Amino acid sequence: MLAVHDLAVRFGGVTALESVSFEVAPGSITSVIGPNGAGKTTAFNAITGYLRPTQGRITYDGVSLTGLRPASIARRGIVRTFQKTSVFPALSVEDNVLTGLHLRGTAGFFGVLAGRRRLVAEEHALAAEAAAILEFVGLTQRQREPASALPYGEQRLVELAVALAARPRLLLLDEPGAGMTGAEKIVVGGLIRRVREQGVTVLLVEHDMRMVMGISDTVIVLNGGRVIAAGAPAAIQVHPEVIRAYLGGSAGSA
Amino acid sequence: MTRAGGWLVVVAALTLPLWLQSPYHLHVAIMAGIFAVLAMSLNLLLGYTGQLSLGHAAFFGIGAYTSALLTLKLEWSFWPALAAAISLAGAAGFLIGRLALKLRGAYFVLVTISFAGVISLVSINWIELTNGPLGLPGVPAPQLGPWSLRAKTAYYYLVLAAVALSYVVCRRLVRSRFGRALVALRENEPLAESVGVDVTHYLVLAAVVSAGMAGLGGSLYAHYTRFVSPEVFLFTYTVTMVIMVVAGGKGTLAGPLVGAVLFTVLPEALRAAASWQWQMLAYGVLLILLVFFLPRGIVPRLVASFPARR
Repeated sequence: MLAVHDLAVRFGGVTALESVSFEVAPGSITSVIGPNGAGKTTAFNAITGYLRPTQGRITYDGVSLTGLRPASIARRGIVRTFQKTSVFPALSVEDNVLTGLHLRGTAGFFGVLAGRRRLVAEEHALAAEAAAILEFVGLTQRQREPASALPYGEQRLVELAVALAARPRLLLLDEPGAGMTGAEKIVVGGLIRRVREQGVTVLLVEHDMRMVMGISDTVIVLNGGRVIAAGAPAAIQVHPEVIRAYLGGSAGSA
Repeated sequence: MTRAGGWLVVVAALTLPLWLQSPYHLHVAIMAGIFAVLAMSLNLLLGYTGQLSLGHAAFFGIGAYTSALLTLKLEWSFWPALAAAISLAGAAGFLIGRLALKLRGAYFVLVTISFAGVISLVSINWIELTNGPLGLPGVPAPQLGPWSLRAKTAYYYLVLAAVALSYVVCRRLVRSRFGRALVALRENEPLAESVGVDVTHYLVLAAVVSAGMAGLGGSLYAHYTRFVSPEVFLFTYTVTMVIMVVAGGKGTLAGPLVGAVLFTVLPEALRAAASWQWQMLAYGVLLILLVFFLPRGIVPRLVASFPARR
C-alpha cells in the first residue's frame, strides 16, 4: 500500500534520514520506533508532503507522492496527526471535527453564494457525521467547548477525531499517547484497534513500548536515520541491534 | 445579536430617512454604509483568514477610479461601471493573493502596503488617464431607469442595498465549508492542510471576494462624492477600516457593521462638540480604552453577555 524506497532527508550537512526503505501492508498497524532524533517524525513529514525528501521514492498504491502538497496527499486518503498537540484552538470541539470533514463537503464557492437549498441538507449530514465521530472518540459531552479549554489528553482525542473526519485510508499517528495517563493510553490503543477494524491502515510513531508491542503487526526500528530492524513485535523485542540502540552505545542518537 | 435585535436594526435602517431628515445626518449615514461595506470586506481577510491587509485602500481606490473613469471618459452608465469596478478590484485581489501565496503575517502586510503604495503612485503620475493630483471632478450620479439617485435619500437606499448584499455574501460564505476553511487557515494552517484544505486556494478566493467588495465601496464612494483623487489611496482609509473591524469585533458578522457605524458617527459627533485638537485626543483615548477593556471587540463582548446565544 505505502512503499518508501531509499528515502533520504538532509538539512544542510545534517542527515536526518539515510536510505530508508519500508512498506506498510494494507489493513495493518505498523509502528515506527527509535530513540529521539532517529528520524521518525522526519519520515512522517516526508510521507505527508510537509517536507521534500532529498532523495528516494514514496509511493501509495503504486502512485508517487513525491512533490505533492499536504492537501493533495490528504485527498488521496493519507491523513496524519502531529507530535505536538494540534487542534483549531478557538473553535468548538464540534467545529474542529466539521473542519476535518472539509473533503466530505461538496459545496462550491458559487453554490454557497447562491444559497442552494441542497447545501442545508449537506450541512445537516456533515453535522450528523461529526456527532458520530465525536461519539466514537468519546467527546460528545465536550462538543460545545472550545478545543483549547480541554485537558491535554482530550485535546489529543480531538486531534484524532479531526484526522478521522478526513476519512483516511492510511492514518499516520505521531505519538498519539504522548503525555497521556496510563488509562488514557489504553483508551487510545483501543480506538486505534477499532479504527483498523474499520479497514483503515495505521502507521504509528510511539514511544510507549507497551502500546507499540500490544497493537502492532509490524514494528520498524529507526536509529540515526536508518532502519536497523523490522519485523513482528516479538522478534523486535529480542533483536540485538534494537537492544543496543535503546541501551546506549550507538552513534547518531542525538 | 439576537434575532429580534437584528430585525430591529433592519427596520431602523430602512426607515432612517423618515426620522433623520437633515441632509447632514443622511450624509453621515451614507458614509457609515460605505465604510460598513469596506469593513466587512477587510474582515473577511483579517477576521477569518487572520491575514492583515494594510493596503486595503488600494482596492477601494481601484474601484473608485474604475467607476469614475468608465463613466467620465467612456460614458458608461453607472451599473456596468459598478460591475467593472468590482471585477477589476477583485482581479487586483487575485494578484495580491497569488503574490502572497507563501507569505503570512508581517510579510503579507508588507506586500499589501507596497501594493497600495505603487497603485497610489500610478494614480498621481499617470496624468493623461487620472488627471494626477487634481483628480477627476464631475463623476455622474447613478441613474436607476428613469430616476436619478442623486438625492441623498435615494443614494442612502443604494448604499443600504450594497451593505445588505455584502452582509449576505459574508454570511453565506462564513457559515459554510468555505468559511470553515478560512478559519482553519487562521487557527492552524498545517492541521488544515493535513485534512485536505487547500489553503492557498481559499486564501486567494478570500482575497478576491474581499477586494471586490472593497471595489464596490470605492465605486459607491466615487459616485457619491462625485469626485475622485489620489486621496482615495490614503493610508488613513485603511487604518479606519482596521479600527472599525478590530473595535467592532473581528471574525464576527456584526462586528464590522457596529464598528463602521460607531467610527463614522463618533468623529462627527466629536466635531460638533470640540475643537480639532480635542477631537483627535478624545478619539485616541477612546481607542485605547476600547482596546484595553474590549480587546476582542464590542460584538464578542455583547455575545458573551447573552450566554444562551451561540
